[in-house]
Amino acid sequence: MDNSLGRSPDEVQFRFRDDEVADHGTVTVDACCDQTNATAVRIEPGDDARVLVPFLDRLALIEVNFPAYTDGRGYSAARILREAGYTGELRAVGDVLIDQLSHMRRCGFDAFAPDTPLDEEDAKRAFATWDNVYQSAADRRRTIQELRHE
Amino acid sequence: MKILTGNDLKTGEVVWWDGNSWSRFVDDAVDAGEEADIVIAREEAARRVNVPYALDAARDEQGHVRPAHIKDRVRALGPTVRRDLAVPTADKTGWDWVI
Amino acid sequence: MYKYDHYDQAMVDARVEEFRDQARRRLEGKLTEDQFKPLRLMNGLYLQLHAYMLRVAIPYGTLNSRQMTALGDIADKYDRGYGHFTTRQNIQYNWIKLEDAADILADLAKVEMHAIQTSGNCIRNISSDHFAGATYDELVDPRPYAELLRQWSSFHPEFTYLPRKFKIAVIAAEKDRAAMRLHDIGIQIVEQNGEIGARFFVGGGMGRTPMIAPMIRDFVPLDQLVTYAEACLRVYNRYGRRDNKYKARIKILVHELGAEEYTRQVEEEFAHLLGQGIEPPRDELERIKPFFADPPFEDGPKMVDRSDPDFALWVDRNTVRHKHNSYVSAVISLKPVGGIPGDATGEQIRTMARLAKQYSFDELRVMHTQNIVLPHVKIADLHALWTELDAADLGAPNLDTVEDIIACPGLDYCALANARSITVAQRISENFAAKRRTEELGELKLKISGCINACGHHHAGHIGILGVDKKGKENYQLSLGGSEAEDVSLAKITGPGFDEDGVVQAVETVTDVYLKHREDGERFLDTYRRIGMDPFKEALYG
Repeated sequence: MDNSLGRSPDEVQFRFRDDEVADHGTVTVDACCDQTNATAVRIEPGDDARVLVPFLDRLALIEVNFPAYTDGRGYSAARILREAGYTGELRAVGDVLIDQLSHMRRCGFDAFAPDTPLDEEDAKRAFATWDNVYQSAADRRRTIQELRHE
Repeated sequence: MKILTGNDLKTGEVVWWDGNSWSRFVDDAVDAGEEADIVIAREEAARRVNVPYALDAARDEQGHVRPAHIKDRVRALGPTVRRDLAVPTADKTGWDWVI
Repeated sequence: MYKYDHYDQAMVDARVEEFRDQARRRLEGKLTEDQFKPLRLMNGLYLQLHAYMLRVAIPYGTLNSRQMTALGDIADKYDRGYGHFTTRQNIQYNWIKLEDAADILADLAKVEMHAIQTSGNCIRNISSDHFAGATYDELVDPRPYAELLRQWSSFHPEFTYLPRKFKIAVIAAEKDRAAMRLHDIGIQIVEQNGEIGARFFVGGGMGRTPMIAPMIRDFVPLDQLVTYAEACLRVYNRYGRRDNKYKARIKILVHELGAEEYTRQVEEEFAHLLGQGIEPPRDELERIKPFFADPPFEDGPKMVDRSDPDFALWVDRNTVRHKHNSYVSAVISLKPVGGIPGDATGEQIRTMARLAKQYSFDELRVMHTQNIVLPHVKIADLHALWTELDAADLGAPNLDTVEDIIACPGLDYCALANARSITVAQRISENFAAKRRTEELGELKLKISGCINACGHHHAGHIGILGVDKKGKENYQLSLGGSEAEDVSLAKITGPGFDEDGVVQAVETVTDVYLKHREDGERFLDTYRRIGMDPFKEALYG
């Protein structure tokens, strides 16, 4: 079976990183744990992101697939990976829409490859939705509660 | 007969397909027959109606259109507990058949 | 009362603009209805049977007279002159236009209100004890904790697309006035060895599979409260079922895993999250607490002049013991005999606001039983208050009686309903009032839902009624023995259902059985628990 789910980097519409785009085909979570040379992996909603924790050092790209934007498991996967210290690219792919961008960004996604390209202006506004935030999350922004007690 | 209903996208008002456009009055509803799916797809895409669907109904001897299901009958008239807010219509017999 | 600072205000203002933009994109066709629906739901905007419906959040059921006045004004300006108070301490409007929705949200934002997360698969408005801060029997005021959780749950980046909706209630008394154990998470603030902390109950709920939440942690220290809640939610977000909408609530996850295994997973996640430093600074709770400090109570008369029997009855029925002995909490019944439970006109809403300002330190509460509370009324002012309430058709003396019925909007308004609820409530209250039996029956909690989703809490009624669709006709199942209070239990179905006339009669029949078997001081529920279902079944089905 071909483990490459093959996405070319030019489908990435928004990227908040300066490093080189990893152009490797991604493999499934199972394959990633079995084969020691994989550097890019793709997480499906039912996958346990924590099984990747021992391999984070060698991974340059983790894609999190959103087959339907209403399935919010990918948000937890993203935060778990960032909490475990992953610093590589974390890319949201699939049914990624305007109104999910700000939350995805907060959960640690730094690249976005929507199935259908998004309106640039709408997206720009969406990324800037919140001047401040109530919760501590993967973006490590200072929360409103912290700002209140500086 | 098979009639079509939905809500106006902007105002949310209940509307019925009258063959050319969307009417507030269930009595204006026409049999959409085989065309139902086509009309629904076209009108929804053009945003002339929101969440349209087809339902069974019958036209009585006085010409009033009577939806088959109780939910659509309440939808056609308004809340039974607030008859003062009913859709304004000349049909004075409506409340007799709604339930 | 909590007051927004510029951060809170900016969050709400940002959401108004975000929603205005979303509505614009929908009207321009950039969003399909499927894409727009979850977005409008997260701003409380439904498409109901007749029109759009807007549900406005009333955090932990507390509001001031300025906010209440704004709610009355919205009813008149954007709706058809009335609003409906709900079983989750919110208010909803039935006739809203999409093109007005953003303007309404902007009007709400001016008085520190919003419709954020009043629907959708996210953490909903946090509910609480409607007598919080006023009652004699609470450990502390639960609302500062509810406010802390309100902030945490607002726009939570990880928990906005949960498997299903998520409801949290916070109380701080042994008496449960918030149906706490019938929530996804019920939190009871408790004291242990002189320290205040939170007891967590997870996996309760009503709906088609009613469950009472098991306790999963008897004490969470206050400086770990948010972290523990986050752990509960993360386990749910990751492992709650998404294959079947009807099995997606957290109660099913807790049930399928078992409370022990769910707890183990939460504790593991909690241990991990403690290392992530996500808990708000402890000073934040200390900042919030003074907003809920006691108003300046004054000593005064402890008794009323009972020479007017109508007034005396209202005092006996609708006022509740307060922590200060010169005050009571006064309940404004939104259940006039034959009326629509929970409905109030714009004028009535403004009247209640004015009375709160005059007689209750500017404060009101919404009860989950769809009534309004003036939490701090001087006993000396009760007669003046009652006189004004009575003049505004707000003086029904029927708190916790068979007339004080909870009813969901049912088939008259709701696209999900199978049968009407309001008409049944109207006929039952008229029947008992006409026969002058309300007083004799004492405390009797009757709750009606128009479909299996159980918005009318029928599982928790001493008498519960569930409307179903029987071959295109409305049909009603009767159940007995439920309670949402500290003696929580789920009602059991009596047997085959009834038509509308039949269920009105059936309710009378079961109250006859109660009166026949009642022993000293027993409520309907107590008698049912003592004698069991059989005598009721026998009377109903012979």
